[in-house]
Amino acid sequence: MKLKSLALAAALSAVALSTVLTAPAAYAQAKEQFFPLLPYRTGPFAPNGVPWANGFADYLKLVNAQGGMNGVKIIFEECETGYLTDKGVECYERLKGKHGGATMFQPLSTGITFALTEKAPADKIPLITAGYGRSESQDGGVFKWNFPLMGTYWVAADALTQVIGKKEGGLDKLKGKKIALVYHDSPYGKEPIPLLQERSKMHGFELQLLPVTSPGVEQKSTWLQIRQSKPDYVLLWGWGVMNSTALKEAVATGYPREKMYGVWWSGAEPDVKDVGDGAKGYNAVTMQHGAEPNSKIVKDILALVHGKGQGTGPKEEVGSVLYMRGAISAMLGVEGVKRAQERFGKGKVMTGEQTRWGLENLALDQKKLDALGFAGVMRPVSTSCVDHVGANWARVHTWDGAKWSFTSDWLQADEQIIKPMVKAAADKYAAEKKLTRRTPEDCQS
Amino acid sequence: MLYRENGQFKTSYSADQQIFPILQDRIAMGLLLAVAFVAVPLLGSEYMFRAIFIPFLILSLAALGLNILVGYCGQISLGTGAFMAVGAYAAYNFQVRIEGMPVLLSMLLGGVCATAVGVVFGIPSLRIKGLYLAVATLAAQFFVDWAFLRIKWFTNDSASGSVSVANVNVFGLAIETPVAKYLFCLSFLIVFGLLAKNLVRSHIGREWMAIRDMDVAAAVIGIRPVHAKLSAFAVSSFIVGVAGALWGFVYLGSWEPAAFSIDRSFQLLFMVIIGGLGSIMGSFFGAAFIVLLPILLDQLLPALGSLVGLDFDTAVVSHVVSMIFGALIVFFLIAEPHGLARLWAVAKEKLRLWPFPH
Repeated sequence: MKLKSLALAAALSAVALSTVLTAPAAYAQAKEQFFPLLPYRTGPFAPNGVPWANGFADYLKLVNAQGGMNGVKIIFEECETGYLTDKGVECYERLKGKHGGATMFQPLSTGITFALTEKAPADKIPLITAGYGRSESQDGGVFKWNFPLMGTYWVAADALTQVIGKKEGGLDKLKGKKIALVYHDSPYGKEPIPLLQERSKMHGFELQLLPVTSPGVEQKSTWLQIRQSKPDYVLLWGWGVMNSTALKEAVATGYPREKMYGVWWSGAEPDVKDVGDGAKGYNAVTMQHGAEPNSKIVKDILALVHGKGQGTGPKEEVGSVLYMRGAISAMLGVEGVKRAQERFGKGKVMTGEQTRWGLENLALDQKKLDALGFAGVMRPVSTSCVDHVGANWARVHTWDGAKWSFTSDWLQADEQIIKPMVKAAADKYAAEKKLTRRTPEDCQS
Repeated sequence: MLYRENGQFKTSYSADQQIFPILQDRIAMGLLLAVAFVAVPLLGSEYMFRAIFIPFLILSLAALGLNILVGYCGQISLGTGAFMAVGAYAAYNFQVRIEGMPVLLSMLLGGVCATAVGVVFGIPSLRIKGLYLAVATLAAQFFVDWAFLRIKWFTNDSASGSVSVANVNVFGLAIETPVAKYLFCLSFLIVFGLLAKNLVRSHIGREWMAIRDMDVAAAVIGIRPVHAKLSAFAVSSFIVGVAGALWGFVYLGSWEPAAFSIDRSFQLLFMVIIGGLGSIMGSFFGAAFIVLLPILLDQLLPALGSLVGLDFDTAVVSHVVSMIFGALIVFFLIAEPHGLARLWAVAKEKLRLWPFPH
């Protein structure tokens, strides 16, 4: 009996499997552009992943509420990755062909970005990694399908060195200083190291590398090392639970929070909230925007999305740092499609290939940003075939115990340093993958 | 009625010793191979290949390797992820450092490197047993993770510690399309499956099983424990290493040590336990259970939810999937502690009597 019921269950699930997996993707209607989402609402990084995903979804809803992209409505579907690379790859494969084909992917994970970088060119789907991913993918000549829009980790690391230099009274004053990098031991955390090493050679400061094993809840030994070596500054390259743990450890060891600088993934509300007053004075670089509760875009989302009861998350998080990050990521994607429509036909559904052109020729000037409601949130972005970043500006904001507020002027990363590094790294990648650099003709297409 | 061996007489030793002594089994296996090699490539969608079949095949291969060690030789190992990583990174290094190196050879050499590492970390098994050995092999996991994260030479000085491989070519054929990748992995799996099956039927396999069942008794009847244990570690690590190389080269294309983390070791150990210790078939069942079921549930739940008018968000789905999956593991282990392979064997026994049981 037992066996029979088991066999029955197995047969039933096999039938279910075949129906699910062969479900036709035939309902691809005209006038609908498909945006796949790869969020993580579970796992150790969920506190940071959730607001990002909500911001992304809310912005897409806002675009639809305002009439779509020149009449083309956006449909979107989520597939939970849990920040796991193989789950992310499965989600990518699942979503890429749905609803007439994915417009682009935004994985919000360096690990998944690395894996998808191998797959996107074959599938002709652009990959937007706004503020993360591979730093060398700035080079559009080799990374045709990657768009690390509005900054890479090298831009962040460079901006941080400049801030610290300014605080010391000039970059030349960094000589003999010691800067520790506490980083998430993954490709994400290792990204800034080459740039910081370059800078340390230039200015003669000592760079101390302190890796923290993922997810980063155990940092006692790291902070013991900091207590022993007493670095002048600590750079924090963490994500999710690692950030708040680091801040708590800093409080416990008595390391001054004013001398701690985080990357933008270490500079949002979930990172400091648990620590509260203890995190007062802690700084983080931002990729242009911080928490923007007073911007026009936030008001629009509150009125047109949350006001109609369609908000994805709680109302309170609208305008928080990572929520804004999600909204901006979505906006960049939408603007890429709109730009492509200008060339390939307004009001039409764009393919991945056409969207790629749009992203490569993105020209978001101040006027456009104002119209979109991003005035004061970010600076213009303009990309080209050789430059897939489009803007290398950053600001630093500081936690005052209750909210983030900006404490620095606009900083621009030094392209003199970054450009040759990007080119060398991209060439190395091209040699490893036996790729050839894109020709100027290819840039026009 | 259908599955009965009446009238099938074995007239030679080779007929008695074949892998599938029953005609119906041979027919079924032939049909299965025909389906796998002909029907699936013709019918499968790209998603099926890339997200389901390829990971399933590669992880089956790894589970097969682990089953030799844990199931046949009784040495519990938690270092499987590490041996996979050694295979993948060694194959990568052969590939980038030696100009014109055939990919197939790199992968096999990756397996050889994994063998060496496996034997080294197998040495403690001569002194310690059971759970203590599991803890000792955990050292392999942490050491290898550390080595590939810290020693830059292994990753060809890549800044982020992530490596990627160029287009994979075998005998001039590009392994690029999903179907080609699928067939490539399938061929590997069949060759190694056959190899493993014959090994465990041979005197070496019998040595392993003797050691597993009682090592003192085995030593008394003249089996050298050193030889038996280390050969099990060697064979197992070789297969696992090749599976790791396939995972990196064919499935991921670009990877970091996290792809072979401790989670992978546990996942493979669960596959072997749920599938059936000491059964080649069980490795496949276990891999299917662990790889396919979460994906199936993940897709099925929203569909079922929408039938009854519920709209799950992705976080809820993912939590529910974990719960159901966990419950199913418990259920299967209670229903059949010897794994899915045992269920399969029982089913076959019953089928022989069907429809007229005693």
